[in-house]
Amino acid sequence: MSQAMLEVSGVTTYYGNIVALRGVDVHVNQGEIVTLIGANGAGKSTLMMTIFGKPQARDGRITYMGEDITRMPTHKIARLSIAQSPEGRRIFPRMTVFENLQMGAAITDGTHFQSDLEKVFAFFPRLKERMHQRGGTLSGGEQQMLAIARALMSRPKLLLLDEPSLGLAPLIVKQIFESLRTLNQEDGLTVFLVEQNAYHALKLAHRGYVMVNGLITMTGGGRELLAREEVRAAYLEGGRH
Amino acid sequence: MTATTKGAQDTPAKPSATAGRPGPAGGIDVAHVLKDAVISALIALGLFGVIMGLKTEQAPGGLVLEENWERVIWAVGIVFVGRLLLNLTIWRRPGGKIDDLMPVGLKKYSGFVGTAIGAALILVALTLPFLPGAGRYHVDLGTLVLTYVMLGWGLNIVVGLAGLLDLGYVAFYAVGAYSYALLATTFDLGFWVCLPLAFILACFWGIILGFPVLRLRGDYLAIVTLAFGEIIRVVLLNWSEFTGGPNGIGQIPRPTFFGLEFSRGEGGFADYFGLDFSSMHRIIFLYYVILVLAFVTHLVSVRLRKLPIGRAWEAMREDEIACRSLGLSIVRTKLTAFAIGAGFGGLAGAFFATRQGFISPESFTFIESALILAIVVLGGMGSQLGVAIAAVVMIGGFEYFREFEQYRMLVFGAMMVLIMVWRPRGLVSARAPSVYLKERKKVGADMVSQGHG
Repeated sequence: MSQAMLEVSGVTTYYGNIVALRGVDVHVNQGEIVTLIGANGAGKSTLMMTIFGKPQARDGRITYMGEDITRMPTHKIARLSIAQSPEGRRIFPRMTVFENLQMGAAITDGTHFQSDLEKVFAFFPRLKERMHQRGGTLSGGEQQMLAIARALMSRPKLLLLDEPSLGLAPLIVKQIFESLRTLNQEDGLTVFLVEQNAYHALKLAHRGYVMVNGLITMTGGGRELLAREEVRAAYLEGGRH
Repeated sequence: MTATTKGAQDTPAKPSATAGRPGPAGGIDVAHVLKDAVISALIALGLFGVIMGLKTEQAPGGLVLEENWERVIWAVGIVFVGRLLLNLTIWRRPGGKIDDLMPVGLKKYSGFVGTAIGAALILVALTLPFLPGAGRYHVDLGTLVLTYVMLGWGLNIVVGLAGLLDLGYVAFYAVGAYSYALLATTFDLGFWVCLPLAFILACFWGIILGFPVLRLRGDYLAIVTLAFGEIIRVVLLNWSEFTGGPNGIGQIPRPTFFGLEFSRGEGGFADYFGLDFSSMHRIIFLYYVILVLAFVTHLVSVRLRKLPIGRAWEAMREDEIACRSLGLSIVRTKLTAFAIGAGFGGLAGAFFATRQGFISPESFTFIESALILAIVVLGGMGSQLGVAIAAVVMIGGFEYFREFEQYRMLVFGAMMVLIMVWRPRGLVSARAPSVYLKERKKVGADMVSQGHG
């Protein structure tokens, strides 16, 4: 356990007086894809944001590569080779795709900019075509690709993704998840993925957590969870999408 | 237009690498340059013919049209020669610069229309005091307009680039003015020494405003900045021992021309250069001082936009949370925007103080802030050219409608409503991307055939 890249232990988070996380334990090992699934309002995004320091955890401890980041300001956490693609993409709509990617590389020294750019363009060729288009004029899928590409431009070791499948067509979701798998296998990128799309997420992930009401209720291998009756009943009703 | 240029494009596309684009060795396409100058002159004729050539005069029995073609010829001549000179000198750069790499559509738009209007404005601004028919009134008005252009550009950094709605910008204008006035009258410091001090002091006050509003956005930020502007004014009004209270500060020294005063008699500017003394010298000098200050503001903000800090401001305007998650410090980004924007307000303030020779808190009321903000919003947030045009129209318009007295504000209001209906994002709403990667080569050839590579 002490070898975990990211370790969240006993974290509680409040919004004012309302409790959102009630003592969450999650860890992500180097080289893994870990997913966190759960219903709306379970606290998945809150956990993601708490890791990034906004809101800060009231109790518990979050460490990244052995360093305590529980009380660190967000922009400092972002400089520790953790990248986050926040919920709702949050690209810069009036800046071009290229400028968005430049912003992603803002914390690097710029020496690898060209090669990194080539790399993300190889992953998402659509972005290359749309390089000089404003971010806001892209389709939803392209915006999601841009959000991931922008996060990758900071040369992260750990990528936190919040609902990359939100509002996207199944085909695009598949495409994006495929690229995550490739990034993980070829570049050794560690991924922590928050998803509602439980089927795809669990199929992709090495391990998964299920969150209900601010608590982790189940954990196990991705395929293993996918086979569990409780998971199927709660999150995969209505067929696989 | 498309048919001819298309044809021209296809055939000389290859040799144009040396012919159309003036190479570093100096092969200039004279025909191109001449054609360009003639076209510009024709446009100028169309514009100035109506604006300067014809004038309605009151005569017994109604209005008569008074013609004055001399002025038009002057204006057209200046445009023609200026365009020619610019094409032969400044715009004649070897290929491979940013302009060549711009996407075609954008280049067509911002490249041609933008530079044409911009160049015309700059040309008029540079020659204004010597234009035929320009008297003291016009130069004074020009100085006033340029002061607002500068304030507009300064506020544009805060509002347009960083997206922080500042309703108290006049506070920094006041800080600059009082800094100069107090330093000059108490310590006997000259204008040129005080100018950077005014900048620094205003920056400092920008940071003081920035700290409490770090967590605020939008409406809340606007309210606090509004209050800040009022606080500064009220303090200036009530701290009589220090600021002179409502009586203001008088006898503020005038700027010197490299140590020469603009005074009658021995050792003055006119005496030194062997000219007849004229009160116009100082006025023209002041005009050029504010012109240079405005240019400095412009150059710095254009430059900053291309630097990482400028990009960070824009990103912050778009999405603060995303910025933070990309590792940018919002504290630093916000404070620099406030500080630099405020600094330019301070410079303009110092100039205002030296020009007027007298300042009082009355000059720094909320209506000034509102006016500057209106210039920025009407011009198009983030657009340098738009702000300049809006300042000319608004301040010039104020003067123009002076005769209507009580209807002036009505016209002003109606104009704002109309512009907001017609162009909700301001006159010049396009935001040109600040950086380009090298586009495909074909694009480069396209540019060349347009004649302004």
